Amino acid sequence: MRLIKSTAIQIKDKIVSGEIQAKDVVRSLFEWIRETEPNVQAYITLNEEEALKKAAEIDKKIENNEQIGLLAGVPLAIKDNICTKNLYTTCASKILKDFIPLYDAFVIDRLKEEDAIIIGKTNLDEFAMGSSTENSSYKITCNPWNFDCVPGGSSGGSAAAVASDLAVMALGSDTGGSVRQPAALCGIVGVKPTYGRVSRYGLVAFGSSLDQIGTLTKDVKDAALLLKVISGNDLYDTTSAREPVPDYIDGIDSSISDLRIGIPREYFAEGLNCDVLKAVKDALKVYERLGAKIIDISLPHTEYAVAVYYIIANAEASSNLARYDGVRYGFRASNANGVISMYCRTRSEGFGNEVKRRIMLGNYALSAGYYDAYYLKASKVRNLIKSDFDTAFKKVDCIICPTSPIPAFKIGERANNPLEMYLSDIYTIPANLAGIPGISIPCGFSKEVLPIGMQILGQHFEEKKLLQIAYAFERETDFHLKKPVFKVSSAKI
Amino acid sequence: MEYEVVIGLETHAELSTITKLFCGCSTKFGSEPNTQICPVCLGMPGVLPVMNRKAFEYALKIAITLNCDINRFTNFDRKSYYYPDLPKNYQISQNYSNLGINGYMNIEVNNTIKKIHIHNVHLEEEAGKLIHPEEIGADYSLVDFNRAGVPLLEIVSCPDMRNIDEVESYMQTLRKILLYTGVSDCKMQEGSLRFEASISLRQKGSEKLGNRVEIKNLNSMKSVLRAVEYEIKRQSIVLDKGETVARETRLWDEVAERSERMRSKEEAQDYRYFPEPDLLPVFIDEKWLNIIRDTIPELPLARKQRFMETLKLSEYDACVLTEEKVLADFFEKCVNVLNRPKAFCNWIINDLLREVKDRKLDIHNLPIQPKQLISLVEIVEKGTISSTIAKEVFSEMVQTGKDPQTIIEEKKLAQISDESLIEAVIEKIITSNPEAIEDYKKGKKNALAFLIGQVMKEMKGKANPKIVNKLLKDKVGI
Repeated sequence: MRLIKSTAIQIKDKIVSGEIQAKDVVRSLFEWIRETEPNVQAYITLNEEEALKKAAEIDKKIENNEQIGLLAGVPLAIKDNICTKNLYTTCASKILKDFIPLYDAFVIDRLKEEDAIIIGKTNLDEFAMGSSTENSSYKITCNPWNFDCVPGGSSGGSAAAVASDLAVMALGSDTGGSVRQPAALCGIVGVKPTYGRVSRYGLVAFGSSLDQIGTLTKDVKDAALLLKVISGNDLYDTTSAREPVPDYIDGIDSSISDLRIGIPREYFAEGLNCDVLKAVKDALKVYERLGAKIIDISLPHTEYAVAVYYIIANAEASSNLARYDGVRYGFRASNANGVISMYCRTRSEGFGNEVKRRIMLGNYALSAGYYDAYYLKASKVRNLIKSDFDTAFKKVDCIICPTSPIPAFKIGERANNPLEMYLSDIYTIPANLAGIPGISIPCGFSKEVLPIGMQILGQHFEEKKLLQIAYAFERETDFHLKKPVFKVSSAKI
Repeated sequence: MEYEVVIGLETHAELSTITKLFCGCSTKFGSEPNTQICPVCLGMPGVLPVMNRKAFEYALKIAITLNCDINRFTNFDRKSYYYPDLPKNYQISQNYSNLGINGYMNIEVNNTIKKIHIHNVHLEEEAGKLIHPEEIGADYSLVDFNRAGVPLLEIVSCPDMRNIDEVESYMQTLRKILLYTGVSDCKMQEGSLRFEASISLRQKGSEKLGNRVEIKNLNSMKSVLRAVEYEIKRQSIVLDKGETVARETRLWDEVAERSERMRSKEEAQDYRYFPEPDLLPVFIDEKWLNIIRDTIPELPLARKQRFMETLKLSEYDACVLTEEKVLADFFEKCVNVLNRPKAFCNWIINDLLREVKDRKLDIHNLPIQPKQLISLVEIVEKGTISSTIAKEVFSEMVQTGKDPQTIIEEKKLAQISDESLIEAVIEKIITSNPEAIEDYKKGKKNALAFLIGQVMKEMKGKANPKIVNKLLKDKVGI
């Protein structure tokens, strides 16, 4: 098997045992990138030189029998809205073209401490606003399973990179499904942790009360490993939790025979693709076989989730994106006469259409006279959605539903219909509103051989249980082992 | 027509914490531009604010001192507006749940106490500072972000003031409270204390408030008073003509001594307030509240009353002493050791303050210690030096920082009470001034004063005047 097709745990074990060296991994990875990246277009920035340097450092550590980190030698891709010191962080926006952060995000610090190798920054919808990665100012990323399709979004670059072995694991961010949905559309594992589980320090803010950094990996165990590394309290993020971080791998193969799985009837409604429905139903049969009980539940306020989300997320975004004004960093339009004109030109030229649309919607929802009707009302409904989950979790241990109502769609197909695009996140948004964790795992393929993902939702800080439930399914199936086939010659090793 | 004036004040005070409100940068004033900055106070992508506990406690202290109802569950809000000195283009402030509401502060005008209601007290972050180049035709401006993120306390009064005297007393009283509680250095020249006034006029007896005008750019208490006075006149002229006063914001021009329209009510900004999602709400429990309550010192007005009642100082003296907390503290340290309130009060008000003024010293960094002044007063009481010499010693103390005893020894200033020494000098003076003796014997009383003067002069002022007087009278024979 080609080295870079391995999981992070396999690679790390081989490096630790001395079977391979970190620089072999990095070299073969970049070789594969040179061959495949032109088709997939997952990356905005590559970090080859630094990656090789870091690999050499790790090899030296091993040679000297020094202590090495949990992710020693594992090549990681980072969504380009997570700040990396001395490495471009563009948010796929023209307004942050050539922007180089002065500091590392909390999660990047953690990855570096554990000897991970950062190989590049991946494409996304501009400022993470989108569900297809088509809203990038730089490039369109293709779905590795079908280059005519989108990889999902907004962490489409990270998902496509992992699915096509252009990275062994990746970080994304999930504000309304931006980790889970592309993971589902690319056939990999995506985890959105509980709000507050992972520090947001260094994640370029979109919707501050919804944003959470998540993992994109080839299997559940890798997700458990990566999540352990990036979780924990951070003094620089007041909203990060003090809750202790358990070892997610330890006991991951526990039995789920007493598990009560909730099936929310509102999620299996109109608009759900029949291949997706069938794949999820088949998956539930697997769980039943393992001894789990399937329980019909209701999340009555589901129908308001998308509306509530687009008010709150856009309101927060309109304020979070106000800082891109051309005064201190990033893009500044030329030919301005006066400060107002500089603001207007910079923002008009620097932001793409979807970002502008959301800024306008957000500003509208916060305007004097509309605040109560929109933002305040949305906040109240958000609380109802939260209590829907609280009620449900009194009866069940987890909730299972599709991650996305449809498999990957064609590039351009939904680009001109924002409302239809917004509905791609209908199953993922509620978890962000409630702050609960969710995981998407591969559970089948459509007739067109496009991956289908299944979402497992749990209570706050129950990531460990979710990973056990996901692993129980993964162990019984081989969807996660399927790889897209490229019509390009395969790389060496 | 006769009008009633209605005035409210908004006060901004920079809190004197060592670090900024949401990051660890220094708040020091006057450093090189952009040397006290970091990703957080620059509003770089991805940064988050972390609340400075001290700043929050300072704000809480003032909210309690101003008798506010404390919001036990207080939250921060984002106030959005675009300005190049505001890094995030929103200011983290409070709007929906201010820290303190419905308070009041007592002020004193013409020996009468008046209650001024406080609408709210809240905490927010300071903006940076624009620097406009002096060259003509420059097409750029610079921004210094050293100040961005300094904690700022906003205190909003109700429109309870009715004249200039009340405005002045309100500003002075509030300033003293901020200084007494130690939360702000209140240096108006450095911008750490700022006022904005809103003024309206209404017909005497009318309940309905007139249209309100806000005045900005008031750089000193004097300009507040001038601007208010100007505005009262301006509005009465408009009303006298039967016209209505426009609701607007005006900018005070200190040099021209007039104000000009900045924006009308219609142009007022929509700040699009919403709860700051990056900060958790702060819950204030009874225990925390009590801890803060215990740190609040006796306030100036109460202290003044106590000085007058228990230490029997005059109102003027008590007033001057409590004007500056450092002076009142100095005074109390002295009185606690040696119960001579009047003596210490005189030294502080007359001599210490004069030295501070003449030498342009910082009142917060007094040149002498209470124990030095105590020892000086003791020495004078013992008769070791005269009060005239004492003034000389005091001046030397201020200049050198030396103890009075040391100065007296070094300069040999101790009073001479040795009768044989004084007698010898008296003999000499009598011999060399026969006319004066004659005059005195003839009944010219001032001749004795002349002779005492001559003896003192000969002894460089160090002779004990009581002994000189007694011995001289003995000698001349009365």
